[in-house]
Amino acid sequence: MSSSVLYDLPGPRGKRRNVIIGILATAGIVALIGWVIYRFNATGQFEYRRWAQFEYQAVQTELLNGLVGTLKAAGIATVLALLFGAIFAAGRLSDHRFLRAPSTAVVELFRAIPLLILIFFGYYVPLQYGWSISNLWALVVGLTLYNGSVLAEIFRAGVNAVPRGQSEAAYAIGLRKGQVLRMILLPQAVRSMLPAIVSQIVVLLKDTALGFIITYPELLTVGKTIGGRLAFGFPYVPAYLVVAAIYIGICGMLSIFAWWLQRRLTRVRTTAAKPLPVNDVDRQV
Amino acid sequence: MSDFLHVLTDHWSLFGEGFGNTVKLFLIAAVGCLILGVLLGAFRVSPIPALRWFGATYVNIVRNTPLTLVFAFLVFAAPKLDVNFDYFTAAAVALTVYTSAFICEVVRSGVNTVAPGQAEAARALGLSFAQVLTEVVLPQALRAMVPPLMSVLIAMLKNTTVAAGFSVVEAGAIPSYMAEFGEPQFYVLLWIVIGFLVLIAPLVVLQRFLERKLAVAR
Repeated sequence: MSSSVLYDLPGPRGKRRNVIIGILATAGIVALIGWVIYRFNATGQFEYRRWAQFEYQAVQTELLNGLVGTLKAAGIATVLALLFGAIFAAGRLSDHRFLRAPSTAVVELFRAIPLLILIFFGYYVPLQYGWSISNLWALVVGLTLYNGSVLAEIFRAGVNAVPRGQSEAAYAIGLRKGQVLRMILLPQAVRSMLPAIVSQIVVLLKDTALGFIITYPELLTVGKTIGGRLAFGFPYVPAYLVVAAIYIGICGMLSIFAWWLQRRLTRVRTTAAKPLPVNDVDRQV
Repeated sequence: MSDFLHVLTDHWSLFGEGFGNTVKLFLIAAVGCLILGVLLGAFRVSPIPALRWFGATYVNIVRNTPLTLVFAFLVFAAPKLDVNFDYFTAAAVALTVYTSAFICEVVRSGVNTVAPGQAEAARALGLSFAQVLTEVVLPQALRAMVPPLMSVLIAMLKNTTVAAGFSVVEAGAIPSYMAEFGEPQFYVLLWIVIGFLVLIAPLVVLQRFLERKLAVAR
């Protein structure tokens, strides 16, 4: 690790010291994990009766239905958010002030509002007027408005990341505004922003868990149902561990895919634009 | 319009309590996640492989877990492990655990923005390790860290609303109380939005100010 700015390659004494600290750190981590396992064991979380449910086909179907609920909300919201993002990114990139100003206002506003409050707009407001809107759509509306606004920013950054020479050259050979955007900028921009889009879809997928709060039957809701069964000794811990494993599995794979895309696009330069950063922290929190 | 104002003035104490708890939750979780996040970030850039592994594993697990799941685990599953928090503490712990993964990433990439040549040059001048760190590396790393750190904290402020789903009376919980009073929810939610904009605005101004003040030519 000579590339680290913080320390040199250690000498013999440094190496010995690092080995000692390393052993202590490993012992600490093992102790921490051991303590967690001990707590689980002491409170009987590994008992068969708490895990027995997962052998039942009905419970497996229940979990599967929860997963389908999650993926359905995420799928619809992804499509709508991409659409929303494309429209408002186009608005923000427009040469006309009367399109640019409202698009900017909408995008900035929805990014500043907590996602749960956006979901509540879709949940409580129709409820008040007696309109029936399913909580799936309340969730989808919130996810679309928030992630659509974030995606609009990603799209805009993607188009802006294409070097100016590209559009200047396109204008020079006589292409019109729409043609430049469609034939020159977008094909390059899409490639540069693909990893960022995938990582935003991970965020969206995670956020479908907010559906739990408005009692939309998704994975987390199912987890609570399974965990709340007296006959199996309230197996909340096993239930949430299983649910967490499913989330981490799916989101982890998508994250790895985003990284792979990023690496590949950096290596194989098929576009003049640099790929956008995958993990822009403020988008992901 | 008067309806709109009455929603706020008639329920002043509920809004006060809600946003008061939001701010309290934000401040407590901010301190917690800064401490834990910087510690984890230090792990990730340390020369000890075991610590680097621990930091990376923590970040990868937490980053792919929904915040709501962290909340649900602490509220419903933790008592089964004989770990009992009240709702407010559970919320603060959940926000801390979740946000520190992102703080950790900010710290790590902040340190990585400093070119190795900077420290090499400093050592070539004969500065000690402590001097290299405090005079050369950290001032540059901190400059790169502050704007994204502020972004993470702003996002965390918005995330405090998730606590509403777990029996904490904060701003996000106001609509469910208002539903009982039969107040027009659209106005209620608008006031909550305004409240959040008021809370976020100074943070954004501070962020822009620091960004300008700390901008450095590289």
